[in-house]
Amino acid sequence: MLSSDSISRAQQILDQIPGRATGAYSHSQGIKGLRDTIAAGITARDGFPCNSDDIYLTNGASPAVHMMMELLLSSEKDGILCPIPQYPLYSASITLHGGTLVPYYLNEASCWGLEMSELKRQTEEARSKGIRVKALVVINPGNPTGQVLSEENQKDIVEFCIEEGLVLIADEVYQEDVYVDNKKFNSFKKISRSMGFGEEDIALVSLQSISKGYYGECGKRGGYMEVTGFSASVKEQIYKIASVNLCSNISGQILSSLVMSPPKVGDASFDSYRAERDGILSSLARRAKMLEEAFNSLEGFSCNKVEGAMYLFPRINLPRRAIQAAQAENAVPDVFYARRLLEAAGIVVVPGSGFGQAPGTWHIRCTILPQENKIPMVISKLTEFHKAFMTEFRE
Amino acid sequence: MSSKTLDYDSINENVKKVAYAVRGELYLRASELQKEGKKIVFTNVGNPHALGQKPLTFPRQVIALCQAPFLMDDPNVGLIFPADAIARAKHYLSLTSGGLGAYSDSRGLPGIRKEVADFIQKRDGYPSDPELIYLTDGASKGVMQMLNTIIRNDKDGILVPVPQYPLYSAAISLFGGSLVPYYLEESANWSLDIKNLYQSTTEARRRGVTVRAMVIINPGNPTGQCLSESNLREILEFCISENLVLLADEVYQQNIYQDERPFISARKVLFDMGPPWSKELQLVSFHTVSKGYWGECGQRGGYFEMTNIPPKTVDEIYKVASISLSPNVPGQIFLGLMVNPPKPGDISYLKYEQESKAVLESLRRRAHIMTDGFNSCRNVVCNFTEGAMYSFPQIRLPPRAIEAAKKAGKVPDVFYCLKLLEATGISTVPGSGFGQKEGVFHLRTTILPAEEDMPQIMASFKKFNDEFMEQYEDYRGYSRM
Repeated sequence: MLSSDSISRAQQILDQIPGRATGAYSHSQGIKGLRDTIAAGITARDGFPCNSDDIYLTNGASPAVHMMMELLLSSEKDGILCPIPQYPLYSASITLHGGTLVPYYLNEASCWGLEMSELKRQTEEARSKGIRVKALVVINPGNPTGQVLSEENQKDIVEFCIEEGLVLIADEVYQEDVYVDNKKFNSFKKISRSMGFGEEDIALVSLQSISKGYYGECGKRGGYMEVTGFSASVKEQIYKIASVNLCSNISGQILSSLVMSPPKVGDASFDSYRAERDGILSSLARRAKMLEEAFNSLEGFSCNKVEGAMYLFPRINLPRRAIQAAQAENAVPDVFYARRLLEAAGIVVVPGSGFGQAPGTWHIRCTILPQENKIPMVISKLTEFHKAFMTEFRE
Repeated sequence: MSSKTLDYDSINENVKKVAYAVRGELYLRASELQKEGKKIVFTNVGNPHALGQKPLTFPRQVIALCQAPFLMDDPNVGLIFPADAIARAKHYLSLTSGGLGAYSDSRGLPGIRKEVADFIQKRDGYPSDPELIYLTDGASKGVMQMLNTIIRNDKDGILVPVPQYPLYSAAISLFGGSLVPYYLEESANWSLDIKNLYQSTTEARRRGVTVRAMVIINPGNPTGQCLSESNLREILEFCISENLVLLADEVYQQNIYQDERPFISARKVLFDMGPPWSKELQLVSFHTVSKGYWGECGQRGGYFEMTNIPPKTVDEIYKVASISLSPNVPGQIFLGLMVNPPKPGDISYLKYEQESKAVLESLRRRAHIMTDGFNSCRNVVCNFTEGAMYSFPQIRLPPRAIEAAKKAGKVPDVFYCLKLLEATGISTVPGSGFGQKEGVFHLRTTILPAEEDMPQIMASFKKFNDEFMEQYEDYRGYSRM
């Protein structure tokens, strides 16, 4: 029923759990043995050592974000730099914890590139308004934008954080989802260590999740943050906050360790595991391409290349009459479009205004996740709707 | 280069104010000692499986099949799993949209929320709306969410029993609110005297605090008392007249060790009272899979049920829940199984009943062993554990012990508990972690160590205590409240 290596892995994991009690609260940072496995996985990935005491296993990556916001934000005078467009967990969490979001705009014209001049400008402006900028959030690969940062870009970011005394919050949950050959995922930990920067130089929070990648185990709520460059007294506070909720769910903890330490060459399950993984990732790459091409073929739409993650974020040039119609209904134009798309074609997207966008531009976020054999149908429904929409509102 | 942002000085002050003794100083010291090779009995947290309690068989079978549905494709699956477990697994899988790995509705799977509503109806005799039941990653998450919703600023006060489970004090600190303590009466078996409630509320209001909500923990933690029906009625009337939301932490409702005061939910008493109270009192009730006879702490499964909360408020609560996307799906399934266990006639029923009864009966016996063991020490007075999972004995410390504690820079009960830990390996939580009257000291332990280990643990405690008393006592006797 079960492969021999999954059985032995299960035994190994059970041996790491005190009393083999999977129903017991664990250490508040997560089961030590599993953290050791994850640390080894991080070390193997980056080529730089990872200490398992720096790892906090959480119910998905989102609670780790909340914990950091809680720690960093004392009042609205505290600001966090966030990319625009961003995954709205960040804006929501900052609001919930009473801080200020300091936006930095990604450049759509250069494939959602992160420009240092923009980062610097926004930081200065925020400070001139009396805001203490505390951290920089970078989502790599990007959500909703899908870009994968170049190494050069990452190095600039690391240097910027060190110069400006900012905590770098690296949301790396899509690290396994890269669809282009000219880009590679590099963790910010790897980049900063390879530049010679250690714990004394940069405070870094790296986030990973079991919800994405090729495993997609969203419902299990598993993930972790690796926290380096913090003083012992601050780490005590992080531990304390984690301990109030006792621990994250054990099933998620176990999956996190498996994600960071999958079957290896020679293991009984390696071949089947590898086939499953490659199948999923290559399908995601094909689906990304199909949908990207589809959007780019539609009048008024332009879609940047989906280099990674799980989304498309095409820009739509809405005709003036459509914008007027939206205003007449008291709706934001991209919400108006998305609603019409839902009602006509049964396709649910998220309006770009939910993620932030350059003023006067409109987008929708669509995932690349419908099953591959359903994509042609999705594309044809989308096309049919869009043509009718443009006919209705074209000048 | 400017100073690092995450210097201790520049982090959120509210975070620094938080204290959570359950995994605080004693636990950390115990962990250190364990690493050094000392045998430790962890009685600091209600964590049954960590102390050898076995998981119930049926839920584990169902979850295993749900986690690995391919097992059900194997023709031999019926040889390993009973048919009712297989059927249940298929049923839960059908409630999901893609198995356990898919985010569910942010409030939890509708089918499971319906099971919870049915359970509440069966338990109380009044219908419950699944739309007002939200599943959460453990009850603590729900408590934190509600307190965050209620506390607007430092003038907002929450009535909390003293002694209390320090999740409440920690959450109130974190959200920048004001804790308004109401003292339980130790000499009357930790009962709730309504006069204390009025007194605390009046005093708080005099200080400019807007009292917004009241927390009851029933059965109590750490105190174990089960509220009587008339007590609950008084509390409900009080909350209505003082315009308070009632937060009813009922996570220990399955853990009852006496027959005089069975568990009654706050909601049942409210609806028994009928209108207008039943239509006006705003109530949030909490439950979990971590306690009872299930003890599945590590799954992180729980729920809260809202009564008389206005729709616009519910919308806001939903919005915040949606930021976390969904509670973990296996935990939700455990909850469904707990509220809808095997019934008479089901293949697994007998075994399930037998396992459940064994746990509860043993807990009842252990509650007695522990209470009696503590009371056999002349300087210890221990109320009987009517419910929940803890024993909260009062330790009367001689003046010289208190002096020694002060010299060591420790609160007296912390001093005592550290010495107890080092001498016996028994890891408890000092009463100061839960709140107590000035000058009165307690410790909290659980009744969870294996029944066969109990006599030895109590003997070990007594030996330590008697030696401690010999060391610090003088002819003038010991300190009193």
